[in-house]
Amino acid sequence: MATFKDFRNDVKPNWCPGCGDFSVQAAIQRAAANVGLVPENLAVISGIGCSGRISGYINSYGFHGIHGRALPIAQGVKMANRDLTVIASGGDGDGFAIGMGHTVHAIRRNLDITYIVMDNQIYGLTKGQTSPRSAMGFKTKSTPAGSIEPAISPMEMALTVGATFVAQSFSTDLKDLVALIEAGIKHKGFSLINVFSPCVTYNKVNTYDWFKENLTKLSDIEGYDPSSREMAMQTLMKYNGLVTGLIYQDTERPSYQDLIPGYSEEPLAKADLNLDQAHFDKLVAEFM
Amino acid sequence: MINQLSWKVGGQQGEGIESTGEIFAIALNRLGYYLYGYRHFSSRIKGGHTNNKIRVSTTEVRSISDDLDILVAFDQETIDVNYQELQSKGVILADSKFDPKKPEDTEASLYAVPFTEIATNLGTSLMKNMVAIGATSAVLDLDIHVFEDVVREIFGKKGDQVVAKNMEAIQAGFDYMKEKMDGNVPTMVLEKADGKHRMFMIGNDAIALGALAGGCRFMAAYPITPASDIMEYLIKKLPELGGSVIQTEDEIAACTMAIGAAYGGVRALTASSGPGLSLKTEAIGLAGITETPLVIVDTQRGGPSTGLPTKQEHSDLMAMIYSTHGEIPKIVIAPSTVEEAFYDTAEAFNLAEEYQCPVIVLSDLQLSLGKQTVEPLDFSKVEIRRGKLITEGLPEIEDKGYFKRYEVTEDGISPRTIPGVKNGIHHVTGVEHAETGKPSESAAVRVAQMDKRMRKIENIRFNTPVYKNAPHEEADLLIVGFNSTRGAIEEAMERLEKDGLKVNHAHVRLVHPFPADELSPLMQSAKKVLVVENNATGQLANIIKMNVGFADKITKFNKYDGNPFLPHEVYSKCKELF
Repeated sequence: MATFKDFRNDVKPNWCPGCGDFSVQAAIQRAAANVGLVPENLAVISGIGCSGRISGYINSYGFHGIHGRALPIAQGVKMANRDLTVIASGGDGDGFAIGMGHTVHAIRRNLDITYIVMDNQIYGLTKGQTSPRSAMGFKTKSTPAGSIEPAISPMEMALTVGATFVAQSFSTDLKDLVALIEAGIKHKGFSLINVFSPCVTYNKVNTYDWFKENLTKLSDIEGYDPSSREMAMQTLMKYNGLVTGLIYQDTERPSYQDLIPGYSEEPLAKADLNLDQAHFDKLVAEFM
Repeated sequence: MINQLSWKVGGQQGEGIESTGEIFAIALNRLGYYLYGYRHFSSRIKGGHTNNKIRVSTTEVRSISDDLDILVAFDQETIDVNYQELQSKGVILADSKFDPKKPEDTEASLYAVPFTEIATNLGTSLMKNMVAIGATSAVLDLDIHVFEDVVREIFGKKGDQVVAKNMEAIQAGFDYMKEKMDGNVPTMVLEKADGKHRMFMIGNDAIALGALAGGCRFMAAYPITPASDIMEYLIKKLPELGGSVIQTEDEIAACTMAIGAAYGGVRALTASSGPGLSLKTEAIGLAGITETPLVIVDTQRGGPSTGLPTKQEHSDLMAMIYSTHGEIPKIVIAPSTVEEAFYDTAEAFNLAEEYQCPVIVLSDLQLSLGKQTVEPLDFSKVEIRRGKLITEGLPEIEDKGYFKRYEVTEDGISPRTIPGVKNGIHHVTGVEHAETGKPSESAAVRVAQMDKRMRKIENIRFNTPVYKNAPHEEADLLIVGFNSTRGAIEEAMERLEKDGLKVNHAHVRLVHPFPADELSPLMQSAKKVLVVENNATGQLANIIKMNVGFADKITKFNKYDGNPFLPHEVYSKCKELF
C-alpha cells in the first residue's frame, strides 16, 4: 500500500509562502493514497501558471503542458490508458480564460478524469492582472480603474453544460478537500473541483479571512441534496457561488469511455499494433 | 480505338454530379482501366458550379489530362466554363432541358439529350445522372451491363425496384443516344483493359489506411476540408480494433489530445489543413520539447486564412518546416502518389517513435481528394518499430529519484517509458528541463538538452528522401517538385524527351530535414533546374537554394490560381527555357 509520503518527491515548490496551492498539493497526495493508488498509476496533467507547476511536485507521472490545454492532454492520456487515474489541474486563468473552451467540452464529454482548479481570482505568475474570476470593480495592473467585466460562475456554468460531478472547496479545509478529491477520483465520469486557493501576494481582496467570512458549507444547509440539479443551481445563485462541498453529482450517466462503440477494455497503450493480413485484405477489398 | 479518354460531368453542386462520376469511374476501374479523377467544387453545400473530371487509360496515369473528349453538362454554365478544354472532335452531351447553346469558337459537337425528361418519364428526375451515363456509354460503345454491380451496391438498400429503375434509365439514355448518333457521331472506343482488380481511392483513404496499418489506434481531429475524410474513415474502422476517434471542440484540443494520447503510449494521429495547422503550432512545439511522438497530417489547400478552401495549393511548406516558436526537431515527409501516402503514413508512426518528435505528413488537395486507380499495396512492407520505448523491467529507482527520460545520449535519443510503467516515473514539461524532466534554467543543461534534441534527426533514415527518375548523367534540365505535381512532371518529361531534350526528374519526398546530399548531384549535373510548385513565392525553390545552392540554375514555376498543374503547362514552361 502506498502512503501519502510515496506521492511526495524531492522538488521544492516555487510557490510563495502561504500560497493556497500547497494545501491542494497535499490534498491530492493524501487522496491518491487514500483511494489505494500507487504512484505509477497516477498521471497529473497541468497547465501554465503558478498552479500549473503542481504536476512536478507530486511523485507520479506528470505532464506540464501549455497554457489552457491541460484538459485535452489529460483526456488524451486517459484515452490511451483507461487503467490510469488521471488528474488535470491548473488555475482559473488556465481553465476559465484561455482554456474555457476545453473546460466546457471536457465537462460535457464526461471522460473519467478529475479536474482540480486552483482558483485565486487573479493572474499571479504574470504578477497581478485580472482573471475571469475577478469580481466587477477589482483593481489590478490590467484593470487600474477596476474590472468592468463580471466574474464567471464556474459551478453554474458546469451545471448548464452537462456536468456529472461538481464540487467546490477551500484550500484550508484540508479534510473536506481530500474527501472531495477522493470522491472525484471514484466518480465514473468527469469531476470538476474548484478550489479557492488564495494568492497571498497579488490578491489583497479575496484573502483567507475574506473566504472564511463569506463561504458557506453545503453540509450546513439543511436538506441540501447534491443529486438535485435544480437545488444546486438555486443554491449557487442564492449564495453567489460562495459555497463549499459536493454541489452536484449524477451517478447514473455512463462515462464517455463506457459509451464509445468498440472501445477496448484493455488499455490502448497495451494493444498489439499489428494488423493481420486478413484484416488488411478486407479493408483493401472495400476500395475495389 | 483509343487508349485514353477524358470525361467530365458538370452541373450545380447538390445535383448528384459527384455520384455520377463515381458510378462511371468505379465501373471502368473494375474493367481494369487506370483512372484519375479530380473534382472541382466550392465551399458550399448546394449550388455553384461543380464538376468531376475523370481520365481513363489503359496505362497508369497520375495527372489530370490536358484536354477533354466528352463533356456531360447539366447546365449552360458547365459548357461555358469547360468547353475550351474539349478537343476538336470532342462531344458535349447536354440536358435539352436548359436549351444548351454551343459556344462559337469550338469545333466540338453538341448533342442535346433529354436527360431530365427521360428520367422523369421513368419515375423521377433524380435519375437524370443515370440517363447521362447511358448516353456516354453509347458514345463509347460500352456495354451498359458494366454498371449493374455498382448500381446495385449503391441503390440495393432501397430495393430491387430502385436498382431496376436506375438500370432502365441507363438503358434509355444509351438507346436515345444510339439512335441520335445513327452512324453520324464518331464513337470513341477504348482499347480493352487488362481486367485486373485494383483499388480506386483518394489519397486521404490511403493516409487513413496507412495509419491503421501503422498501428494508429487513436485520433483526435476537428472537421476541415480537405482532411475530414481521414477522420471519417477512422471513425468507421478504429472500433474494430478497439481504438477510437474523438471529434474535438477545436484544432488546439485535437493536437494536444493527440499529444496526451501519444504520451500515454498509444500511436496517435491528428489531421487538418492549413488553418488547423496554424492553430496547432504551439502544441507542435510542445511535442518537440517534450519529445512526444506525434503524427500530424496536413492536407494543403489554398491559403492564407480561409483562402481557397476547396482548391489546390502548396503554400504550407515553409510553415510546416518552421512554424512553432523556438527550435525543435521535426520530420516532414511529402508523399507524391496515393501508394506513397499509404506507406509514408504508416512509416510516420515509426519515425515519430524512433526519433521521439512530431512527424508531419504533408499532402495536398489534389493528392488527398483526387480519386485514382492504385496498384496493390504490399502490406508486408509495413513494419512496426517503436524505437527506445521501454514498457517493463525497469530497474528500481533510488528513493525519490526519477527515471532519466531525457538522458543525454550519443544519438540524442533517450529511453522512453509511459505512464503506468513501474520505476519509470519522470516529469514531462514544456519548460526546459534536465535529464529527469525536472525544470532547469541552467545554461549547461539548456545547451545539453537542445543539442541532444536537435542531434536526433541529423542522421534520419527515410526510405526514399528524393524520388529520382534520372536517366541522364548530364541533363539539359532537372525538374523538381513535391506532392501531387509528380504526374504532370512525368508526362511533361516524356514529351520533352521526344523533342530530344535530356531531362531528369527529382521529387522531394523528405522535406525536412532537407536531403541536400541526395539532390545536389542531380543539380550539379543539370544545365538548368525548374522547380514546379503550387504557390506564389517558390517555397521549395527557396528551400533548395538555402540547403543545396545552385541559385543561378534555378527557375521557379509557380501556379497559385487554385488549380493543379496540367502536363502541357509544365511542358511549355520547360520549352521556354531552351
